[in-house]
Amino acid sequence: MLATLRRQPLLAIGLALVVGQVGLAVFAPIAATHDPLAQSILVRYQSPGAEHWLGTDKFGRDNFSRIVYGYRASLAIAAAAVTIALTLGGTLGIVAAYYRGWTERIIMRCMDILFAFPIMLLAIGVIAVLGPQAWTTAVAIGVVYTPIFARLLRGPTLVIAESEYVLGAKAVGAGDRRIILRHILPNLTSVILVQASLSLSTAILVEASLSFLGIGTQPPTPSLGLMLADGREYVFLSPWTSIYAGFAILLMSFGFNLLGDALRDTLDPRLRGAS
Amino acid sequence: MGLGRLIANRAVDLLFVLFGVSIIVFLMIRLIPGDAVAIMLGANTQVTPEALAALRERIGLDKPIVEQYLLWAGAALTGDLGRSIWTGAPVSEEIMARLGVTAELVIIPLTLAAALAVPAGCLMAYVRGGFADTVVRIATIVGITIPSFWLGIVMLYVMFQVAPGVQTVGWVPFTTDPIGNLQRLLLPTIALALPILASLSRIVRTAMLDALGQDYIRTARAKGVSERAVVFKHALRNALIPFVTTVGIMAGYLFGGAIVVEQVFALPGLGRLVVGAINERNYPLIQAAILLVTSAFVVVNFLVDLLYYAIDPRVKA
Repeated sequence: MLATLRRQPLLAIGLALVVGQVGLAVFAPIAATHDPLAQSILVRYQSPGAEHWLGTDKFGRDNFSRIVYGYRASLAIAAAAVTIALTLGGTLGIVAAYYRGWTERIIMRCMDILFAFPIMLLAIGVIAVLGPQAWTTAVAIGVVYTPIFARLLRGPTLVIAESEYVLGAKAVGAGDRRIILRHILPNLTSVILVQASLSLSTAILVEASLSFLGIGTQPPTPSLGLMLADGREYVFLSPWTSIYAGFAILLMSFGFNLLGDALRDTLDPRLRGAS
Repeated sequence: MGLGRLIANRAVDLLFVLFGVSIIVFLMIRLIPGDAVAIMLGANTQVTPEALAALRERIGLDKPIVEQYLLWAGAALTGDLGRSIWTGAPVSEEIMARLGVTAELVIIPLTLAAALAVPAGCLMAYVRGGFADTVVRIATIVGITIPSFWLGIVMLYVMFQVAPGVQTVGWVPFTTDPIGNLQRLLLPTIALALPILASLSRIVRTAMLDALGQDYIRTARAKGVSERAVVFKHALRNALIPFVTTVGIMAGYLFGGAIVVEQVFALPGLGRLVVGAINERNYPLIQAAILLVTSAFVVVNFLVDLLYYAIDPRVKA
């Protein structure tokens, strides 16, 4: 493990960024220096300093503490969304490839239809139906990413389902459920890990976009997208809220993207250097 | 398979996807938890039973669901996408009035990014190996993950510091003031084009490196084809296949970025219209916008596929 990290500095950097930021989110109550909701008109629009590391916003709330809690909201939504997409899309993709025939045709056609919608537009549509809230944002992004996982897992499952050990398991009378869970799924782990990391990276951006538009996480919950939108109003007066909130989004999305990218190289030697 | 057969097959797929998209968009109102009509009207007016019944009848919610779909889809095919529940005006008029702004925000950055991505990708393929690989990789990942709306805000701030007199937000139509139009589009275009440029140039690079390692390149070199022709005629043409497919997908992605960037630069585009419609619960408008834009992208991707057949030397007419 350590040897791999030493050979793959990008993997190490990606992992460090992810662990660090997830850590901040998990331990937000400890990491935050101030109450993220505490307002004070005496310290509005502060620049970064000793008391407020990243400055304050229009209500005098501490930017650093709000970003730490914002990580929490963003990560929770992105993780829930990817879990939904992976469970739903992954199951559909594996089932399609395993059973072939009409099952496959119907499933993949439905996925083609979902895939045809521009990402943001489909997410906006789901939010329009369910109402703008944190959990509906997670469902919306989950629905949008479902066809991605279905398409991604169908391919390798097709190959594995034809492999000698799966045919052997069938020959000794193993049931479909057992074959899928015990023989197919474990062989998909690396594909899933890589795509989950890359999807988290983009889900964070989509969540931030939706919150920025005011149809994702709702105030007063600290959210990076909301902070960015808020800060835009007074960017010429005090740019720090927007600048740091956006930088936090970039850093988190970058960390997961780098991790996924480096994982792909490490886990799949055939692809080494191909990215 | 002949080219005619391929195109016919793709056309059938196209119709099927469009049909599926229309069903999903149609079901939107029916999937709203609770009484959709009451929710729509409840957003701000006094709700009377008469008003509820009237709106229910106007949207056609009192008929069997298949009949509802046929009426709705039939009207949509003739250009009637429904009426705004607040103003009563056809939603297609409101959408058309905003479409130009968003179209400019998609087409200009996409063209710019696609044009720059080919030389950038080739250059990135040329400097391959060791440290250069790492730099290229980190730079492209930063480019891909940089939020356009953040980049837009940062550029707004920098412009304000450097050149406070330059008009950076708001909108004037190209037809009334071409220079003012392009001046206001400068920052949004950079903000939107950068992530697309990063993804596309990375795809060109991978495809170029992949193509240069193929047997047909070795064959071309072996039979004495000049290095320039090997790279630009044989390798690049094959490398463009994944590139062209991705440009089509990127158009959809860019649309998402555009509706957010509209908000940053106060541009009166589709994004602001749709977000406003969510807050007003103006569902016919949301449905029409999603149906119209998605159909447009499905058709564009279909055309891109046809272009793909034209590039791919393995597809013979």
